Order: sequence, then C-alpha cells, then structure tokens
Amino acid sequence: MTAATRSRIGTAAMVAPAALFFIVLLVLPLVVVLVYSFGLRAPAGGYQPGFTLDNYLNLPARAAAFLNTITLAPLGTLVTVLIAYPLAYFLAVKVSPRWRTLLLVLVIVPFWASQLLRIYAWMMILGNRGIPSLLFAAGLGDIRLLNTPFAVLLGMVYGYLPLMVFPIYVSLEKLDRRLLEASADLGASPFRTFLQVTLPLSLPGVATGSMLVFILLMGEFIIPAFLGGGKVFFIGNALVDLFLQSRNWPFGAAVSVALVAIMLVVIVIYMRFILGRSGTRRMVLS
Amino acid sequence: MRWYAALIYAFLYLPIALIVIFSFNSGRYAMDWEGFSLSWYATAFANPLAVKALWTSLTIAAVTAVLASILGTLAALGLERVTPRVRRSFDAAIYIAVMVPGVVIGIATLIAFVTVFDAVNPVLANLLGTAAPKFTMGLPTVIAAHVMFNLAVVVLIVRARLAGMDKSLLEASADLYATPFGTFRQVMLPLLMPAILASLLLSFTFSFEDFIIAFFVAGPNVTLPIYIYSSIRRGITPEINAIGTVVLAVSFTLLILAQYLLRERAPRA
Repeated sequence: MTAATRSRIGTAAMVAPAALFFIVLLVLPLVVVLVYSFGLRAPAGGYQPGFTLDNYLNLPARAAAFLNTITLAPLGTLVTVLIAYPLAYFLAVKVSPRWRTLLLVLVIVPFWASQLLRIYAWMMILGNRGIPSLLFAAGLGDIRLLNTPFAVLLGMVYGYLPLMVFPIYVSLEKLDRRLLEASADLGASPFRTFLQVTLPLSLPGVATGSMLVFILLMGEFIIPAFLGGGKVFFIGNALVDLFLQSRNWPFGAAVSVALVAIMLVVIVIYMRFILGRSGTRRMVLS
Repeated sequence: MRWYAALIYAFLYLPIALIVIFSFNSGRYAMDWEGFSLSWYATAFANPLAVKALWTSLTIAAVTAVLASILGTLAALGLERVTPRVRRSFDAAIYIAVMVPGVVIGIATLIAFVTVFDAVNPVLANLLGTAAPKFTMGLPTVIAAHVMFNLAVVVLIVRARLAGMDKSLLEASADLYATPFGTFRQVMLPLLMPAILASLLLSFTFSFEDFIIAFFVAGPNVTLPIYIYSSIRRGITPEINAIGTVVLAVSFTLLILAQYLLRERAPRA
C-alpha cells in the first residue's frame, strides 16, 4: 500500500463516522418521511405501504394550524425586528465600547436558559395569579392574558429577541461613520440620515435575523402549547398530535413535508433578497 | 434610548429572576411570596422521579458530549483533506441539520427507528429464538439523535479553530523529525484543545436541555426536560422553580466556561 492510499484511507476513516451519522440519522429519516407521506394509515395506527396523494389532499383538515403558523410566525418576526432594532442601534452606535461587550453578553445570556423554563416563567407571569391579578387589584377589570394569541406572540418575541439583535448589531457596527458625517454635511437631518443611510445599510442584518427567527418560529411547538393553551396551535403542535395521539403517520408525514416545503420557498425568496441587497450595497460603497 | 434599553433588559431578565426568586418561596403557590425557604429544593431532591430524570439527562448529555466531540473533531480534521465536493456535501448536511425544525427531525428519527426495528426484530427472533435481543426506543436512540445534531456544532467550532491555526508550526514539527502522530499529539492537539473543550461543554448543554427530540425518541425514558414538561402540563408547582434554578445554574456555568475557552482564540487569530 502506498503512502498516498494509506493517507486517503485515514482521511476517509476520520470523516466516515460523522458522515454516517448524518446519513443514517438525518438524510435517511427525512427520506422516510417523504416516502410515508404517500402511504396509508395502518388500521391500528402507524404506516402501511401504499401510494396515494390523499394525505396531501387532506392538508386542508389542518388549515387552522397552517393558518396560525403562517400568520403568527411572520408577525412574530416583524414584532421582534421592531423591538430588536432600537436595542441593536443603541448597542452599536450609542454605547461606549467599554460597556458594549458586557451589554451584548447580557442580551444573549437569557437565550441560554432552557426554552421550557423561560416559557414556564411566562405562564406564571401571565397566569391568573400573575399580572391579571395585579390588574384586577388596580381596578382595571378581569383581563385574561394566558392562552391568547397575545401570549403566544409575547413568548415568540421573548424567546428569539437575542437572535434578532445580534445580526442587526453586526451590520450596524460595520457601518462607516464617515457616511453619516457626509450625510450631515450635505444638510440632511439626523432622521433623514437614519432613513436614507443607516437603515438601508443595516437591512442585510435585519434580513439575516429575520430569516433565523422565522425558521425557528415556523417549527415552534412549546410556545403555542404552553402560552396558547390548545387554542392557538401551530403546525408543530399538529405534528405532535398526529404522531403521538392519533398515530396517523402518513398524514403527519405529509404535514411535515408541507412545513419544510413552505420554509424552503420562503428561504429561497429571502436568499435572493439578501444577495440582491448586498449586491447593491457593494455598488454603493465602491 | 437608554430607558428603552433598560426596559428591554428588564423584559429579558424578569422571567428568569422570578424562577430563581420563587424557588426560595415557602408558599404553595408560585406567585405568592410567603417567606424564604429551601423546602422546594428538599421536595425536588426527595422526589425519586425528578432525581432519576436528572441522572438520565446527565448520562445522555455526558455520552453525547464525548461522542460528538470526538467524532466531530475527527471529521473537522479529515475535512481539511477531502475534495471540495465532499466538503460541500458535508456542509449541506450541517445546513439541513440546523435548518429543519427540531419537531420534524424528532418525528423523522422516531419513524425511521421504529421502521427499522419493526423490520429487524422479527428476523432476529426467527434466527435466535427467545435469546434474540429486541431493539426498542431508549437511551441509545436519544444519544444517537443528540450526537447527530451536536456534530454540526462541533464541526463548525473545530473548523473555525483550524482555519485560524498557524500551519507553519506543523511544518516545523515535521522538519524536526516528529512522526505525523507525534506532530498531532504534541502540536495539533494542544492547539485544538480549547475548541474541543468548548465543543464538549456546548454539546453537553444542548443535549441536557433538549426537549423536543428526546420527547420523540426517548421511549419510556424520562429526561429532565421531559419531566419538567409533564409537570408543567399538570399545573404550575413551585417544585419546578427549584429544579429550574438548578438547571439554570448548571447550564450557565458550562456555557460561561465554553465562552471563555472560545474567546482564548481571539488574540492569536
């Protein structure tokens, strides 16, 4: 055996175990889901081989879950952008470098805590013994907060705010301050400078953050389960129900495929958008 | 602007602070403060189900972290020497692992395992009779699924470190007549150590905190997040605050350590 062959075998032996994990536990299962989505439900639940499009034609039966997801996920993303942007702007532009690192770390720390626990904390806060009881005591009436779309939206914003702040911060931090001075020298008001210089140049960060958050929100399960209380459910909740309760695997598989397909379409459109953006940016700056 | 930032920080920390504060509450209700007490910690640690769940989670996280770190480091090193095409397919797998929602990965893994087991078990029973092993969902299936999603993280971390490494050190070592293994052990490994340790801590934390994938593939085993999930479904109890505070303390300690190890790289890069 030559040294080259030996080294090639060595390389293969190093990469193979990880590759095997990805093939057996990622690619193969996803293929199985695709195959099952065309299959039949076994009488006792589970899967029975077959070929039918019924599962896909049946998707409207879960229209409510799809509708909730494709309205609340983008809405949650939008609200998260609106709340994250001023904070990212503050951190990148207004804070002195001495405090910046500490404040940035403080944004990410809550994100480290288990999602389950953070959502549980909001159940305490929004539950009848939490804010509503304070409001009631203040004479503001009996307001229900938990198990409403508001609670789900709040949980989504809370859960993913750090993921949005970071990319926006990065694009704002890269911003060339001389452009702002130039804009001011040319007589633009600070607000106009923000609208015409700062905001457009930070859009790639907004786009990246939005994509990250949107992807995670589309697959969300815990937030609607705990804060939506079975009233505001997502595709993720429909999937858990289909696989673990009704054991209708082929239909669940079709719902999974539809979810991933919707995400792929949105991502492809988004990628175009980001690439288009950075293209114009490069032209502007050169 | 400053007030706005303060408000957001309050929003970010209030829920976590409440969990910690109310874990020391002596009262029965989560949101009524009745005095300081450690009784809920005592309750939690006297609860055999909670303690067993904790051990299950620790075992899964430890095995996952070790396996993912070793296999991920090996893969990252090997990927330096493969054709661009192999590297691209590997990147694609990492991308899919990160992008596909956890709930879909959990479901897909569940039905793939069940399908394979249902096919293999009767064959084994036929061949070996009553002595045949019967494959079911359990610790190995959770660990395998966790290793898969942590591999993506480990490979990314170790590759970042490799990219920042001074290759002339390896050449110098070879010039000084070190064997390839000697170079690996005495030059490469020490340089990679911070990244490997960070991978170990991050994989441990991700595995320890994972709910959604374990929920599908753990079989009858209850991990700590699964225990917390089912307790919450039964209703809010202060015991969860105590367990939650312990989990927070463990996770934060490990993540701060990982962060520290990864930062070591910055001045040299």
